[in-house]
Amino acid sequence: MSNDLVLRVIGRLLIPFILLFALYVQFHGDFGPGGGFQAGVIIAAGLIFFALTHGVNTVRKVVPDWLVETMVASGVLIYAGVGLAGLLFGGNYLDYFVLDHNPVHGQHRGIFWVEVGVATTVSGVMLKIYYMFASRSGLED
Amino acid sequence: MSLAQHLPALQVVLPLISAPLAVLLRRGGLAFVIVTSAAWTAFAIAITLWLQVDTGGTISYHIGNWEPPWGIEYRIDRLNSFVLVLVSGMAAVVLPYSRASIEREIPRESHYLFYAMLGLCFTGLLGITITGDAFNLFVFLEISSLSTYVLIALGRDRRALTASYQYLIMGSIGATFIVIAIGFLYLMTGTLNLADMANNLSAIKSTRPVLVALAFFTVGVSLKAALFPLHQWLPNAYTYAPSAVTALLAATATKVSLYALIRFYFTIFGDSLVFDKLPLPEIMLLLSLFAMFVANFVAIFQTNLKRLFAYSSVGQIGYITLGLSFDSVHGLAASIMHLFNHGIAKGGIFLLVGGIVATLTTRQGIPPAPTFERLAGLAKQMPITCFGIVIGGLSLIGVPGTAGFISKWYLILAAMEKGQWWLVGAILLSSLLAIAYVWRFVEVAYFRAQPVDQVSRGEASLSLLIPAWLLITATIWFGFDTSFTVGSALDAAHQLMRSAR
Repeated sequence: MSNDLVLRVIGRLLIPFILLFALYVQFHGDFGPGGGFQAGVIIAAGLIFFALTHGVNTVRKVVPDWLVETMVASGVLIYAGVGLAGLLFGGNYLDYFVLDHNPVHGQHRGIFWVEVGVATTVSGVMLKIYYMFASRSGLED
Repeated sequence: MSLAQHLPALQVVLPLISAPLAVLLRRGGLAFVIVTSAAWTAFAIAITLWLQVDTGGTISYHIGNWEPPWGIEYRIDRLNSFVLVLVSGMAAVVLPYSRASIEREIPRESHYLFYAMLGLCFTGLLGITITGDAFNLFVFLEISSLSTYVLIALGRDRRALTASYQYLIMGSIGATFIVIAIGFLYLMTGTLNLADMANNLSAIKSTRPVLVALAFFTVGVSLKAALFPLHQWLPNAYTYAPSAVTALLAATATKVSLYALIRFYFTIFGDSLVFDKLPLPEIMLLLSLFAMFVANFVAIFQTNLKRLFAYSSVGQIGYITLGLSFDSVHGLAASIMHLFNHGIAKGGIFLLVGGIVATLTTRQGIPPAPTFERLAGLAKQMPITCFGIVIGGLSLIGVPGTAGFISKWYLILAAMEKGQWWLVGAILLSSLLAIAYVWRFVEVAYFRAQPVDQVSRGEASLSLLIPAWLLITATIWFGFDTSFTVGSALDAAHQLMRSAR
């Protein structure tokens, strides 16, 4: 598949829009369908599409293994960090009300960062799984 | 802001944060420091919470400051404060041990991942124990289960993979059953908060969906707790997992599942449903007897020491469920006590067996199975290790002066209260089987001559011996000073029986 010219060209054209759409899904999650999980999957899907058309090793240059592993871990840390921020501002764990003077804004802020954490971890995990399968012997391109 | 009031959240969150930190640091040594300090902090928090519950009564913590029926509540009463001490204490002992133990069992480059998984595993176990929310319980169950599958698969023996896969299948079926049960309960009560659920259930107790939920939950948790005959995954998993993992699992994982069973039976369904309307006590009694006799009998004929004690674990779980089936304060207290007493004894034994495996292993070699022909005459070379295993074994038998005696004493007391004298006989008879399998170890290690061609081995290193002996000493300690174990268990049993009626 990686030698298919049409796919390669179309892929290059589409991938920026896929990533942009991921961001839309991410930030629109507060108001409509969407959110961190879906956005994370779309980001990973865009990169996996790139890997399918251009080879895993090309993507590895863009998103190296250490970065993927960092993403997996740091997303969880961001989520847990939002919870701890609630503690620091004098509320309970994962208390978003205290994150801003206006409790409604506080809720927005809290859920925003939680979703960032979710997207980071989900896209990291998807990529990690893909890398692990793709780099098994016999499947390397 | 006072930190003390946030301890229930920190109990789970600190170990949870330690896991991704361990991955980020990417160095075995640093990851070890982070996760170990999280475990010890969690242990300190658990003891503080136990003291707070002891003086101030039940603690309720509202995650995200949402009121309980809507938000997730962490609810700590007599029962789970006691189980929290067991789980976090075992993690705190096993982690320092694991550093020397995994040195030869796990490739160096994946050490940091091992610590991350261990951190997640006891995060999940602590979470199941502390939460007062049914779905939250399921989520933590998944966290602990998934990390456990990975931990088992990390064993160097290739059979660890099939053992892990077997557990993955069985565990997933169990988790699915549990989530189906929670779904039915949610359907009927419209709430996920355990206390609220119990309130709403009282009017609709005998409806069919509630009975279905009870059935699914019982089977699902029995799978996770390895209750006979659903124990098939356990012997392989315990045998092929890395030694430190075996010890942690044996002392905590099945115990926490049994905790969940007790919690749902007494706090949610109430014993009028579980014990009066259904033949559940009879079924449980029968299965417990099967576990006590069949599993202990099978243990006698094992040639691998790890597998022998794995089957013994299945048998000991039988004693715990036997206590439940009595539906009395003393029976329940015996179960809760035995969770703890068996946890520390079996944890200690598996840590010592891990020490034997470590000395058998040549550098970078695959750890050989601790089979009896390899252990012949071991007591001359590793006297401290063998003596420790014997003391742990005495506790499994239930010899006076060890912790195991205390829980068996209360079990017999509960049987006599019910006037079921034949059960007293059954408990004593099954203990004879325990004598048989412990004696097999004694016979091989102390009385059999060492093979001539065997290279001389020394005692296990101190970093392996000290954590193990800490638990063995605790076994003796809690055999004499029972104020903590018996006191907590009786208090918890009284509280549960009150709420169940």
